[in-house]
Amino acid sequence: MSEAVKENSMLLQKQMIARNYEAITSKHETGRKVSSTFVPGNLNELLMCFGIVNNLPEINAIQNGMRKVSGSYIMEAEKGGHSEDVCTYVKADIGMMGKGSIAPNGKPFPDPDVLLLSYTGCYTFMKWFELLRAEYKCPTLMLHVPYEGDGHSTKNMRDYIVKQLKEVVIPGLEQVSGVKFDIDRLREYLRNSAKAEDDLVWCLEQGKHKPSPIDAYFGGVYYIGPIFTAFRGTTDAVEYYTELRKEVQARIDNKLGPLTPDGTSFNEQKYRLVVEGPPNWTNFREFWKMFYDEGAVVVASSYTKVGGMYDQGFRHDPDNPLESLADYCLGCYTNRNLPTRVDILAKYVEEYEADGLLINSIKSCNSFSAGQLMIMKEVERRTGKPGAFIETDLVDPRYFSAANIKNRLESYFQMIEQKRRGASKAA
Amino acid sequence: MTSTAEIIDRCQALFEDLNFSAARAWKAAAPGRKVIGFLPVYAPLEMIHAAGCLPLGIFGGGDQMEVIHGDAYYQSYICRIPRSTIELGVTGRLDFVDGMIFPFVCDVIRNLSGIWKMMFPNVWSKFFDTPQNFDPEIGGNYYIHELQELRAGLETLTGRKITDDDLRRSIALYNENRRLVREVYAFRAREPWKAPTSEVYLLMRAGLMMDVAEHNRMLADYLVAAAASDRPQRDNVRVAVYGSFCEQPPLNLIKSIEMAGCYVVEDDYALVNRFLTADVPTDGDPVQALALAYLGQSVETSCKYVPKEEDKGRFHVEQVRKAGAEGVIYATPSFCDPALLDRPMICGRLKEANIPHIAFKYAENSGQMQPIREQAGTFADSIKLWS
Repeated sequence: MSEAVKENSMLLQKQMIARNYEAITSKHETGRKVSSTFVPGNLNELLMCFGIVNNLPEINAIQNGMRKVSGSYIMEAEKGGHSEDVCTYVKADIGMMGKGSIAPNGKPFPDPDVLLLSYTGCYTFMKWFELLRAEYKCPTLMLHVPYEGDGHSTKNMRDYIVKQLKEVVIPGLEQVSGVKFDIDRLREYLRNSAKAEDDLVWCLEQGKHKPSPIDAYFGGVYYIGPIFTAFRGTTDAVEYYTELRKEVQARIDNKLGPLTPDGTSFNEQKYRLVVEGPPNWTNFREFWKMFYDEGAVVVASSYTKVGGMYDQGFRHDPDNPLESLADYCLGCYTNRNLPTRVDILAKYVEEYEADGLLINSIKSCNSFSAGQLMIMKEVERRTGKPGAFIETDLVDPRYFSAANIKNRLESYFQMIEQKRRGASKAA
Repeated sequence: MTSTAEIIDRCQALFEDLNFSAARAWKAAAPGRKVIGFLPVYAPLEMIHAAGCLPLGIFGGGDQMEVIHGDAYYQSYICRIPRSTIELGVTGRLDFVDGMIFPFVCDVIRNLSGIWKMMFPNVWSKFFDTPQNFDPEIGGNYYIHELQELRAGLETLTGRKITDDDLRRSIALYNENRRLVREVYAFRAREPWKAPTSEVYLLMRAGLMMDVAEHNRMLADYLVAAAASDRPQRDNVRVAVYGSFCEQPPLNLIKSIEMAGCYVVEDDYALVNRFLTADVPTDGDPVQALALAYLGQSVETSCKYVPKEEDKGRFHVEQVRKAGAEGVIYATPSFCDPALLDRPMICGRLKEANIPHIAFKYAENSGQMQPIREQAGTFADSIKLWS
């Protein structure tokens, strides 16, 4: 496959990621401390207050998936006794350790100084860091974020998180870094976060245009990159989103669709979809191509909300810094109960004038996947738009069956056509 | 004196009755009675009892129920218990249940709580999130509020206030239950040939479907009957079974392990009544007492975070030693995230402690027992020959 064509924002992000990997892998030279942490419930601004570099094992697994090396890492972990049934991000991470732990810049990953176990929306996170802790023997700071089982957060949940931040996480980070916590520094970073979040939301909402100037799933994973990872709260992230916004605006002005990896503008959009679930990473471009080849653009997705639901109005708030971090953690997509997820997806189908909901169900991600068939039925019932279901995995190439997925997608598009014909006849 | 066979026959009838006739009869016996279902692995049953309700353990459909509707809700790579639980709901077997509690076990059961809300909007249901921070000032305060919220929910459902004294009385009954359960487990560890695990298991499962006072009498009767029984002691090895706390193995699997030459002297089947390891104080604030018991005196299991790395698996090793087990069978349901993610860590600790172990997977409807018997039998032989 040829080299993907990249826009300025993508190049900016690439540089940011490269700098972060450099900061991680050069920790022995610079003396900087490195944490490992997760995307949902990511406390990047807090880590920045202590000068700690943020390394995200999920992102490493994604990188390894896209670089086609995750399969061998997973098998390495399975040889070591990890079950074939469990999360492949975990196994890709653990298998990578067994194969030298090499970062995308070709340098070895150093051991983390702290595991920041921000336990939000996914049970596996807890076990993942118990497993890593056994390897690294470093401090592990657990932040338990209760699940919104009744569809909303409570004061008790918020107070519990704030108390953990004050009495466990912040003192722990002070100890690891030797830096005293400065809440004003946190406020400043949160101000940057809120600005970048405004621009991200603006970009995501442009999926309402026809043609859509964005792809909110395949393109969306790039758009969320800085905010979901090691850059929320930085001026780099603010600049990235300013640039991204300009690019999206330019496409709107010129009535252009998003840029596909082969460098063409995707303007002939026949189908508008809402997608639920994470993408497959091992065959990412091939997967994306199946959509744009058929004229399908994704106008909204749930995966782009897994690291924060900014489009529902939440912004990091410098006036209430710790409470705001608590609210952020509580509100991440997979921490919402199923009825709320149905509400959100049905609303997307309506507001983005989508033809239907497509679910990419991930074999090894129960947090997302358990209940998705019910979600599909409910969204179909409420919106009257057809749903479809495909199955892949995050980073295990053994579970990507291209022919099968293509067949299902084609059938789905036929179903949409049929529905349209039925609707026009009825009119 | 009631014989063990009579007691176990009754337990088996309760266990096999997926229409829950006994719980229905309990509810019908007095006006206004309510039944609250709960899923594995721990719910504060004292609170349900203090509300005047019957706590009813919902542990899936076992191997006797055909799942037809439930499979339409779950992909093939998700464990069996949520689909059979949905089957129970859709087929009307739970139509008398007034409320459902989904305690934190994993993301599948967590998400099932949301499915339940959508499928049965008229049934009160609650996802019950227990703390993963075990500091009384942090996780403890959070948990006290959660318990109070549960209390308020039950009060609204029943229209009846739960007083502190109600709660203390229920705690006392459940303390007695836990004491008797511990006694049964200790008896089995001493004389496993007199209390086979296939019996102990049914005795425990039955207790999750009946009034606690009645179960207390049953446990006491069983202890007397089992002690008086005359059963031959076999040349079996003594094993502990772990990993089976949520979706339950079929009874035939439990029997197969015994038939393969193993005395099960320790296990984590279903937990619930062994989750708290000591009495909950009956003086002082009862809600605080329940919270502190959870934080400080509960088992290590895969759905709880272990704050210190050095403590991981310690509970299992200590229990194995205490029960005099010679090996561990780590038997987990297929696709069970908690047990399977924990497996390398727990088995690693067992290895460090020179405790022989094997692992296999099952589903609640597994039908083929020959491989299990062969694996467990080989394990038993290897312990006899080489340990």
